Amino acid sequence: MALVAVNDLHKSFGDLEVLKGIDLEIEAGEVVSVIGRSGSGKSTFLRCLNQLEHHDWGTIHLADQRLDGGAMSPGELSQNVGMVFQSFNLFPHKTVIENVMLAPVVVKQTPRAEARQIAEQMLDKVGMLEKIDAYPAQLSGGQQQRVAIARALAMQPKVLLCDEVTSALDPELVGEVLHVLESLAAEGMTLILVTHEMKFARDVSHRVVFMHHGHIHEAGDPQTLFTQPKTPELSQFIASIL
Amino acid sequence: MTDFTLWDIVRNLLLAGRWTVVLSLIAFAGGACVGLMLTLLRMGGLWPIRWLVRLYVDLFQGTPLLMQLFLAYFGAAVLGFDISAWTAASVALTLFTSAFLCDIWRGCVEAVPSGQWQAARVLGLNYLQSMRHVILPQALRLAVPPTVGFSVQVIKGTALASVIGFVELTKAGTMLNNAAFAPFTIFALVALGYFILCYPLSRYARYLERKLYGAGSR
Amino acid sequence: MTLDFSTLLPYTDEILKGLMTTVWLTVVTTFVGIALAIVVAYVRDGGRGIASRLLGAYVEVTRNTPFIVQLFFLFFGLPALGVPISATVAALLAMVLNLGAYTAEILRAGIDSTARGQHEAARALGLSRLQSFRHVVLVPAFSRVYPSLISQCIIVMLGSAVVSQISVFDLTYAANFIQSRNFRGFEVYLVVTLIYLLLAVGLRLAFEFVGRRLFAFLQGGSS
Repeated sequence: MALVAVNDLHKSFGDLEVLKGIDLEIEAGEVVSVIGRSGSGKSTFLRCLNQLEHHDWGTIHLADQRLDGGAMSPGELSQNVGMVFQSFNLFPHKTVIENVMLAPVVVKQTPRAEARQIAEQMLDKVGMLEKIDAYPAQLSGGQQQRVAIARALAMQPKVLLCDEVTSALDPELVGEVLHVLESLAAEGMTLILVTHEMKFARDVSHRVVFMHHGHIHEAGDPQTLFTQPKTPELSQFIASIL
Repeated sequence: MTDFTLWDIVRNLLLAGRWTVVLSLIAFAGGACVGLMLTLLRMGGLWPIRWLVRLYVDLFQGTPLLMQLFLAYFGAAVLGFDISAWTAASVALTLFTSAFLCDIWRGCVEAVPSGQWQAARVLGLNYLQSMRHVILPQALRLAVPPTVGFSVQVIKGTALASVIGFVELTKAGTMLNNAAFAPFTIFALVALGYFILCYPLSRYARYLERKLYGAGSR
Repeated sequence: MTLDFSTLLPYTDEILKGLMTTVWLTVVTTFVGIALAIVVAYVRDGGRGIASRLLGAYVEVTRNTPFIVQLFFLFFGLPALGVPISATVAALLAMVLNLGAYTAEILRAGIDSTARGQHEAARALGLSRLQSFRHVVLVPAFSRVYPSLISQCIIVMLGSAVVSQISVFDLTYAANFIQSRNFRGFEVYLVVTLIYLLLAVGLRLAFEFVGRRLFAFLQGGSS
């Protein structure tokens, strides 16, 4: 049984139809990279998965439970689906540990001591344990993004969504973030990533999904997809990236 | 005690309200003239002059308008003049207004990017020419919304002239109340009077600000 | 023309009493007024419901009428409606309502400038609107508008001179009282004006001190 099951997802912004029927099933522990040109609908698709955008039609199930259409409260959603953003979006007035503890304490009502323990554990996982009392403004972009990952993980979600998490980083800082994602993948975390890092998509993900004009145009295991693209659109896209 | 009809009250307030309007106009016009001079002194000028202007602004912004009115009133007496509440209120409100407008306008001139100064200088314009043809036109555009906004503060400030005995809207209200004793109605009407004067200006200032902001970001 | 400040000396007690009143009125108003402003800003941020419209009307009426009229309306008007109110309570109420309205508008500007990503991150973590407002939006919004907030509190402190007109024994009342005894109006008002100036400077310094503690997160790059 698939962990995530997306069925016939449609989404329009005004007259512009951004998603034209997406079907996708993702197994627990799977790492899926979503690629495509900007405007292909990949970010919107990701944002529908945790209901930052509300789709117009279709269903999303997570572990056999309906997730969309108000079936889950924001609190339940965040314990099922975590999200990391392109621009980190750390809370500037909270220290690293406070950023990570906030949602467990406030949303989940976890006792502070326990929340702190979880937070430290997550920060250790992303290698940010020694910066626990720093404010976001005192950290590099890569460090901020690692904290953002820990913050999402602290809610112990079943799936982690990553929306172009390395795009806002200086090139020399990309590696440390990808490294964290790699180790999460190795631990068996289910990851859905919208990414421009083709090397990462090829080396780490189990499956690559190519989106084009609001459809899933082509999908498959990364080796085949990148070396033998079936459609001219994907060949063009790969050519334009490399 | 005589009976007052609602119309009697409204009529008396309207009559007194004229003086609120006149005093506001005097204070604003006078304050704008003095304020403009101060702004130019503050922007150009030698450092002692700039420093003095700054002290002037800080003094008026850092003390109660009510005290400024008292000082104008009693200060004139110390100097040997016997001035009316009219004069004292006009002088105090003019100086008060000039200090705030000077501060607002200085901010607007400083908000014009320094690249504009450099561009003007490169084209061979001197200080006054740069100011007149390049900087001031741009600063003026920025200055209109906050200046309109501040006019509301001037109108509200005239209410304090009632304390030194100048009969305008607020003083008329307290006098009527002493005779008619209908404080709820009377002060609600007084408030309404100010609201009618101020609210359109507030709205207009906000509209101008939005227009400026919208045009700037496009 | 001669100035003689020595005639003020016998009235030090009055000045101190007035000063204390002005100070405590200002301190209480600052705390309660800002709390009120937070509530108003939160409700108005929530949309166009009845509560939001009513609070909007409160803000506009307060901002577009003189403080002295608001004070008279409360002090003389409320008892006429059968609500007894002391001069001190009327003064405090008027000051709180005044600061609340202005600060709510100031705060709104800060809230409106919150980056979209902050709201999205809060939502993705499952925070409700109230939780997000309290834990994510509020403090950075305050930090952005803090200079305006300081100015507004000083304006309200200086404006409180008017409460002397309903016989609250504040600094200005003390000045009027002394003036009526020694007839040295100019000297009295000059001294009291200077005290107000010092209060304004002191209030600004206190605010800046608190601000540096409260908004320590703004000092980046020191790691």
